[in-house]
Amino acid sequence: MIKQQEVTPDILFSSEEKQDMFITGSEAVKEAVKRANVDIAISYPITPQSESMHLVGDLYAQGYIDEYLRGENELAVMSEVAGASMGGVRVFTATGGPGTLRAFEMFSTWSGARLPIVCAFLTRGLNSPLTIQPDNLEMAHVLDTGMLMLHAENAQDLYDMLLRAFIVAEMPDVHIPIGVFADGFFVTHTRDKIQVDSEDIKLPKYNPYNSPVPAIDMENVPVRLMRDPFVMKSNFISYAAHASWQQEVLAAVERSRRYLNKYLGGLTEVTHEGAEIMVLASGTAVSQSREAIEQARNEGIDAGLIKLKCLRPFPVEEINNALKTAKAVVIPEFNRVGWLFREVKAALQKEIHVIGAPRVFGGMTMPVELILDEIRRCHNV
Amino acid sequence: MRNVTNIRMSGLGGQGVVTAAHILGSAATTQGFESTVNPFFGAEKRLAPAESYVRISKERIYERGEILSPNIIMIFHPHVITLGKCYTMPFFEGLQENGIILINSDEVIELKKADKEQLMQLKAAVYYVSATEIASEVGGTELSTNMAMLGALLGITSLVDDESFEQALTERFSGGKFVASATTAALDDAVKGKYARVTQLIEKNIEVVKAASKSVREHKLS
Repeated sequence: MIKQQEVTPDILFSSEEKQDMFITGSEAVKEAVKRANVDIAISYPITPQSESMHLVGDLYAQGYIDEYLRGENELAVMSEVAGASMGGVRVFTATGGPGTLRAFEMFSTWSGARLPIVCAFLTRGLNSPLTIQPDNLEMAHVLDTGMLMLHAENAQDLYDMLLRAFIVAEMPDVHIPIGVFADGFFVTHTRDKIQVDSEDIKLPKYNPYNSPVPAIDMENVPVRLMRDPFVMKSNFISYAAHASWQQEVLAAVERSRRYLNKYLGGLTEVTHEGAEIMVLASGTAVSQSREAIEQARNEGIDAGLIKLKCLRPFPVEEINNALKTAKAVVIPEFNRVGWLFREVKAALQKEIHVIGAPRVFGGMTMPVELILDEIRRCHNV
Repeated sequence: MRNVTNIRMSGLGGQGVVTAAHILGSAATTQGFESTVNPFFGAEKRLAPAESYVRISKERIYERGEILSPNIIMIFHPHVITLGKCYTMPFFEGLQENGIILINSDEVIELKKADKEQLMQLKAAVYYVSATEIASEVGGTELSTNMAMLGALLGITSLVDDESFEQALTERFSGGKFVASATTAALDDAVKGKYARVTQLIEKNIEVVKAASKSVREHKLS
């Protein structure tokens, strides 16, 4: 173990002393957690996430993490990290695909209990039919759990987003869980050049006194909410308390915007601003879109890109601004249901041609040509 | 299309297509190129279809996932062709014009007439190498088949230089930095068990690479 010095988030995030690595997304998770001053990590294996938490286990063996254990299943793991977080320590875990669904009850429990848990979701297809291959359908399910959601395009994003996730999640006026999503295999198993920070620095320790709710206190929220739920009592004040608590969680999601803007450099990233046809995507669909846009521009088509880095809170204003002069928007997705298409449709403030295609799912690679075809079609309309 | 060399490696689980891709991609980045590497497989089990993809370019590469339009296809086992153990049918689906196909086989595999015609139309160059035989005879283990395949590739193209290649090979096997999945780690141990020292493993594998690069032969389609 290398001796690490705690530095402020601002120093770590602006550090210019970088090291080049040629590593997979799973290894990028390890590199982030190594510098995140995590107290407890709890794991349960599922492809394509297993390697990440295995590597986090190595960090424990080397002394970078105080406690590491393997849970009984995903629901147990997510319950155990909830317990640890309520106890006032910084926790990390990861899952993906069917594991995400198995653990599902806990995600809204975390946000309702205001636990700043950081969970990496390394996505894969859902049953049935069974697949271990990439697909981000599970994200559709997580959208309304009250968690913050970031979506990494590549290993570099995954590294950067994980480190920043701890700091955003732990802000006293936010203090809710955050899911950092990355497409399985396309990120986790893909080896790419990335830059990481010096090994001898790490984030400051989590300060449990930053929590807006007291750690494990039977008479106060969040535990009071669970042992003696307001809504079990049939009176106005109980219903009002229950409803306002849910709204407080949503408000916390909204309050995260300023920190996400600061640490991620914005919720979106726009390339070729003001283009006639915009491609809007998140995750690795962004990478495929970059290639398609370059080819379209070589053909003389005015195409641009809106990359969404964050899905909760949803960048409504940013999207509407980026589409101000566009005549069409193409939304390629790695899932069957088109959850991003639905989100964008609901957020649009003006009439514009929205194409929810291509949709590639069940583990297939998204051919650049399919995105290019949609761009060409919009251009010819 | 941008100037990217796309290499698709198709083989069977346990033959080292993932490791071969890793070493080639590392060598390319060592030499200053941009490269991305990713594998594709089902449950990790021996003899099941396994593929890996290497992209090499002078510019930043964004596209990821399966390589649908390869310039080079490396077939690690005849069953990829004869039993269809790959993710595309036929095995050369998507091959670019003037592409290269490198097959590990002791004898020429008789292709279907339609496939042969299509390959001739694409002006594909087909090469054969007895990679498994060379691995056994020179390296002392079939587990070096992947190294022989890389050697043969270096014998027909100059994708990466010898120095970067040897550095990548050394980094992959000299331990410390690399962490493999459980099954890959077990295979690593099996390979290392064949040699007294890791340095010997690297020397032997470099011999395999050199022998294969000399023994690769072009097969003219007709």
